Amino acid sequence: MLELVGVSKRVGKELHINDVSVHFGPGSLNVLLGPTLAGKTSLMRLMAGLDRPTAGDILVDGKSVLGVPVRQRNIAMVYQQFINYPGFTVYDNIASPMRLSGVDKKNLDLRVREAAELLRLTEFLDRTPLQLSGGQQQRTAIARALVKRAELVLLDEPLGNLDYKLREELRVELPKIFAQTGAVLVYATTEPHEALLLGGHTATLSEGRVTQFGSTIEVYNRPASLITAQTFADPPFNTVLLTKSGSNLRFGDVSLNVADKATSLNDGQYTGAIRPHHLSLSASDKHNIPIQAEVGTSEITGSETYVHVKTGGQRWVVLTHGVHRVTPGEQITLYLDPLSIFLFDSNESLVHAPESNAKG
Amino acid sequence: MKMTKILVVFVYILFLILPIYWLLNMSFKTTNEILGGFSWYPQNFTLDSYKTIFTDPSWYNGYINSITYVLMNTVISVSFALPAAYAFSRYRFMGDKHLFFWLLSNRMAPPAVFVLPFVELYSAMNLFDTPLAVALAHCLFNVPLAVWILEGFMSGVPREVDETAYIDGYSFPHFFVKIFMPLIAAGIGVTAFFCFMFSWVEMLLAKNLTSVSAKPIVAIMTKTASTSGYELGLLAAAGALTIVPGAVVIWFVRKYIAKGFALGRV
Repeated sequence: MLELVGVSKRVGKELHINDVSVHFGPGSLNVLLGPTLAGKTSLMRLMAGLDRPTAGDILVDGKSVLGVPVRQRNIAMVYQQFINYPGFTVYDNIASPMRLSGVDKKNLDLRVREAAELLRLTEFLDRTPLQLSGGQQQRTAIARALVKRAELVLLDEPLGNLDYKLREELRVELPKIFAQTGAVLVYATTEPHEALLLGGHTATLSEGRVTQFGSTIEVYNRPASLITAQTFADPPFNTVLLTKSGSNLRFGDVSLNVADKATSLNDGQYTGAIRPHHLSLSASDKHNIPIQAEVGTSEITGSETYVHVKTGGQRWVVLTHGVHRVTPGEQITLYLDPLSIFLFDSNESLVHAPESNAKG
Repeated sequence: MKMTKILVVFVYILFLILPIYWLLNMSFKTTNEILGGFSWYPQNFTLDSYKTIFTDPSWYNGYINSITYVLMNTVISVSFALPAAYAFSRYRFMGDKHLFFWLLSNRMAPPAVFVLPFVELYSAMNLFDTPLAVALAHCLFNVPLAVWILEGFMSGVPREVDETAYIDGYSFPHFFVKIFMPLIAAGIGVTAFFCFMFSWVEMLLAKNLTSVSAKPIVAIMTKTASTSGYELGLLAAAGALTIVPGAVVIWFVRKYIAKGFALGRV
C-alpha cells in the first residue's frame, strides 16, 4: 500500500510536482497517464525515493518512508531506456538483486530460470545485454524487477522504446506477470489507449498535478475537467463553445437538442467536447446532426482515417474506420451524434457526460 | 592517384621515423664514429653504450627513479580523480562548473611557475629528493587531466544505471567497484596512459625536486659531458631506452584512445 499526501517537488524555481495526493491499494494496478513533461517520471522518482519531495509525505503501509534510503526500500523500477548492467550476463543481471538480499543459491537459480522462462529469455541467459535486441534487453530489466518480489513496482513507460508488435505482446503480459506477486504496480504511459487496455486505476497528470484519480473506465467516461478529458484522449477532443437555452444547444448555425439529463442545466455558455470517433462522414441514424466543414488534411493509418477539418473557425479531427479519400479544401458534411457530447462549464468542470453505454 | 597517396604516406612516415632511426643508429656507434663523420649505419656496431647503462647504477637508477614516481603519480592521480569525476558527472552543486574549469586552468600555468614554491615546501616537509615529491608535484597537471577525461567517460554511462543499482540494493562503494568501474574501464585505461605519459616526459619539476638519490633519467641525460668528454653514443642509447616505456604503454591502450577521441575528451 502506497500513499502520497500533499507531495510537491520544486527544482529551482520550477514546480515539477504540485500537491499530489493519491492512495494505491495493496496489489493494485495504477496507471499514471499524461503527456511528456507532465511529471510522470518525477512522481515515480519520488515514490521510489530517488528524489526527496520538497513538501508532503509518502507512506508505505501507513509509515513514512521519507528518510529511508533507496537501497533499504523494497521496490523495483523499470525505465523507458533499457537499463541493465552491461558487464554482467543476462543471468547475473536477473540474479543481481537476489544476490544482494542473500537468497540462497538453489532458490536464486530457481527464481532466475522461472523469470527467464516467463519472459522468454532462457536461451539468452549466458549473453550480455548488449548482444540482445531492444525488446530482449527490456525483458531482462523486467525480469530483474520481477525476481526481487518488491512491494512496489514502478514501470516508467516500459514499452515506449519497443516496436509495435512487442509492445502489444508485453502490454498484455506485464500486468498478469506482476499481478501474481501482489505488488503495488505503478505504470506510467503517455498513451490513453494503453491506460484503457491495462485497466485498473488511472491518475491523469497535467503540469505536475494529478487532475483526477479513479478507476480507469470511470476516469475515461466521466473526466471531471476538460484537462483530464484532453489528457485521456488521443486524438484530442473536438471542442466548441455552445450556447444553451432550454433544451436547445447552438453553435454557429448548428442547433441540436440537449440530452434528457442535461436539460436541467442553467442556460448559458458551455464548452462542448466530442470524441473524434463520435463524428462520422456518413449519417448512421436520423438523430445525427449534419455539420458543414472544410477538409484540411487527412492521415490514413490503414484501418482508420483521421480527417482534419475546419468548421466555424474550429479545428476538429474526425476518426473514421476504413480508408476514406478526401481532398484538402473539399467541403464535406460531418455527422454528429448529439448524445455523445460532453459539456463543461465556464470553469472547465464536467457538468454532463454521455451515458457510458452509448458507445464507449 | 593511388600511387601519389602511397607516396605521400610513405614520405610522411619517413620524416617521422628518421630522427628515431638516427637516434638508434647513433646508439650503436662509438662516440668517435659519431663525431668522425657521416654514415647511414654503424660501421663498428657496438652494444657498449647499452651495457654501460644497464651496469652503471648512476644510469639505471635514473630509470628506476623515473618509473617509480611515474607509477606512483598514475595511481594517485587516477584514484583521486575517480571520485572527483563522479561528483562532477552526477551531481549539481554550487559552483560546480567554475570548479571544473578552475581544475583545468591548473594546466595553463607553466610548471616553472611552481618550481620555487614546490622546492621550498617539499624541503620543509622533508620530501625533497624523493620519488614521492615528484609524484605529488606532477598531480598538479595530471589530476585535472584525469578528472576531465574520466568525467567524459562517466557521463556516457546513464545515471539510471546508478539508480537501478541502488534500487537493487547495492551500496555506493559496492556499486562503484563492481558495476561502475568495469563500465568505464576504457576510460580508466586512457586516463592512466595520459598520466603516465605526461609524468614520464616532464623534466623541469622532476629535475628540480631531486638532487642525488631520486634523480630521474631525463635529468641524468642532461649531463652531456663527463671526464672522458662528450659521450654521445651513451646519450643516444639512453634516449632510445626512454622511448620504450611509452611505446609499451601505448600498445596496451591503442584501442581505447580512439574511443577517448570520440568522446572529445582526449
